Amino acid sequence: MSTEVLRKPSRPGPHRGGEGGGEPGGDGNGRGGPEVFFDPGRFGLWLFLATLSMMFVGFTSAYMVRRLAPDWTPLRPPGLLWINTAVLLLSSATLEAARRRLRGWNPAGVSPWLTATGALGALFVAGQLAAWRVLAARGYFLSGSPHNSFFYMLSGIHGLHLLVGLVWFAVVLVKARRLAYTPGEADGLGMFATYWHFLTGLWIYLLLLLFVL
Amino acid sequence: MTDMAHAPEAHAAEAHAHAEEAFIWKYVFSKNHRVIGIQYYVTAMVMALVAGLLAMLIRLQLAWPQRDWGVLAKLFPMGYDVGGGFGVMRPEFYAMLFTMHGTIMVFFVLSTAPVSGFGNILIPLQAGARDMAFPFLNGLSYWTFFVGCVVILSSFFVGAGAAAGGWTAYPPLSALKGAVPGSETGQTFWIIGMVFFIASFTMGGLNFVTTIINLRTKGLTPLRMPMTLWAMFLVAVLGLLAFPALVAACLMLIFDRHFGTSFFLPTGLVLNNVPLLGPDGKTFLHQGGSPLLWQHLFWFLGHPEVYILMLPALGFTSDILVTFARKPLFGYKSMVGALWAIAGLSFIVWGHHMFVSGMNPYLGMAFAVGTILIAVPSAVKVFNWLATLRGARIRFNTPMLWAVGVVSLFISGGLSGVWLAQSAPDIQLHDTMFVAAHFHLIMAGAALFGVFGATSYWFPKMFGRMMNDTLGKAHFWFTFVTYYGTFFPMHYIGIAGHLRRIYDPYQYEFLKPLQPINQLITISALILGSSQILFFVNFFWSAFAGKKATENPWQANGLEWTTASPPPHGNWPGPIPEVHRWPYEYANPDFPKDHVMQHEPLTAAEMEVKAAEGPSRHEH
Repeated sequence: MSTEVLRKPSRPGPHRGGEGGGEPGGDGNGRGGPEVFFDPGRFGLWLFLATLSMMFVGFTSAYMVRRLAPDWTPLRPPGLLWINTAVLLLSSATLEAARRRLRGWNPAGVSPWLTATGALGALFVAGQLAAWRVLAARGYFLSGSPHNSFFYMLSGIHGLHLLVGLVWFAVVLVKARRLAYTPGEADGLGMFATYWHFLTGLWIYLLLLLFVL
Repeated sequence: MTDMAHAPEAHAAEAHAHAEEAFIWKYVFSKNHRVIGIQYYVTAMVMALVAGLLAMLIRLQLAWPQRDWGVLAKLFPMGYDVGGGFGVMRPEFYAMLFTMHGTIMVFFVLSTAPVSGFGNILIPLQAGARDMAFPFLNGLSYWTFFVGCVVILSSFFVGAGAAAGGWTAYPPLSALKGAVPGSETGQTFWIIGMVFFIASFTMGGLNFVTTIINLRTKGLTPLRMPMTLWAMFLVAVLGLLAFPALVAACLMLIFDRHFGTSFFLPTGLVLNNVPLLGPDGKTFLHQGGSPLLWQHLFWFLGHPEVYILMLPALGFTSDILVTFARKPLFGYKSMVGALWAIAGLSFIVWGHHMFVSGMNPYLGMAFAVGTILIAVPSAVKVFNWLATLRGARIRFNTPMLWAVGVVSLFISGGLSGVWLAQSAPDIQLHDTMFVAAHFHLIMAGAALFGVFGATSYWFPKMFGRMMNDTLGKAHFWFTFVTYYGTFFPMHYIGIAGHLRRIYDPYQYEFLKPLQPINQLITISALILGSSQILFFVNFFWSAFAGKKATENPWQANGLEWTTASPPPHGNWPGPIPEVHRWPYEYANPDFPKDHVMQHEPLTAAEMEVKAAEGPSRHEH
């Protein structure tokens, strides 16, 4: 994935612009002339993901410290979580299938796969809520034990980020339906995919941290 | 604040094609980096006024603790014991004062004015870009910050008053609602305000790094970047990597406060002699949490944070010193390396804030060694500055005075840093006024002086006018003398054992003799506070009626001086200038004039030298 960020942008900015004060009709950046090393949007997204990762590094260190306390009672994960995980992995796979259709010059074949991604994402969120209900029914509440607290908090924060991803998904889907993406012009889709896969990876990481390690 | 940005700019803007934009989109919800920078700057200065007034109240209390302040009691009925028939400050009000003074100054003033303020104004101008990489995100970041300011300020008026658990918000004071009056709604507002601040700072940081990496003009290689641009880059990286830890900590604190979890709260808490029991009435509500965990997370942010305050001031100082010394910056590459070293080391030294927390002595030793190592790049900076000044024909305008002030504060505050970095002396000095003296000199003072220097130096690029030099110098001398007068004696009373956050020091026999010194400090602080009126008068008067500035009033070399003052929309009316050399080409004997700007092409003689030395020599 990291090679993507290093890729030259498909459309480098106008070089050595003599275009005057800004580009009113452009992207509003008024970019003119600089040597663009990476696409700024893509680079900014990766920076943001680095920041987000640091937040979870913070949570991880807190988790590892807190786990050493004598009152730690492990939480047994409900089986539903593994189904949810499979659903989320599947949503990443359908997203890649959609991008493959685009690369194969089949823009019309994109939106069915993309729709599947969003639907699976929504199903994941619903499944997570159901998993919370299952745990609550078994008597595992947020403040019951530190392991519960970490599970509810981390899955909740991950879920919130996924909801943001679903809003972004809606924008991407509308664009895909209008056939706004072409194989050479798919930055919007590519950035969404980066964010979505990041969240999938993050969930796998959280699952490993909370229940396997 | 936006009216102020309006007037001086109106002339330049009217002549421009974009003048049709409505006022609200142009100056309120603007996406222009310079307007946003000025918005940040002015908001930070308003916050500085509030936090400065809090400091004055703190000083009055420390000098005359049991005195009846009739007027103040009328102004702050909640803070002074009016009901008891006399206007003596309440202890919980005092705790609120120092908490909010620290919080506002560190985050909403000294992180905001130099970084978000001058960063936004200067980065596109120095990098040769039309605007920041993400102008919309930039506007959004300002308004997020604005909401954070409103939340923090409104916390003074909720329930039992603003947060009172120290600017570091250590649990359990910050996590138990009933701990002190400020731990209730005030602390909640503190957390919400901080989350808004961090969100805004993160958006700003994404913009800073992306702009500096991606949008530099042709020829502006990394080793041709001015020191300010380097500092802004590193500050943004520090912010992006350090603040998330505090977000994580704040979220856990919210869970502890409102949802009954025990991340930071240990077993066995007793509040007002009543054990905090859970719903079953037998076991404690909170179990097994670790207050130290908060401290680790907080200081993982907190130490990079103090460099977020410092580094811009170091960058401004390098740029200003060189311009007024009319000599090249001594040791440019080592200056860049020193910034990198300081930024890198800042991530592995947070433990020196926690020497008295009972940490393993060997771990303390590691933190101490890492901290003392910071003295090396810091000394590199000081020696390079001094070498830059050596033998120079210095022009002592206002910006230069502030820059020299930064060097002075950086040295005097840095020396006490070496004391505190070692765990043995720190155990004695921890939480005494010595620490207050140290960080007010180096972190607060150098950052503040840097902001004042940058304001007078880049004022032409902000408002198209010059600041008044006489008023500026008067402001400097009053501030410089009273700043030392306020904070230098604190070393002494700190060594004598004066505690840092104490409401009434004279309840202890051994601190009673220190009262005259505290009174001296307070008088000095009051003069320091009132001399800032000079600045505000100068700022507003100059913004509207100051002398019109030319393109390059200081004969400096950076790209920001190649365009009009203030720059038009898009920063350069024509094409963006290309960069051909480093920014510190002063007093080069090969040239008839004493400074050669970054965009001036190489001369035939220089081309020959360059060709002879091969393509590797691409800088100065």
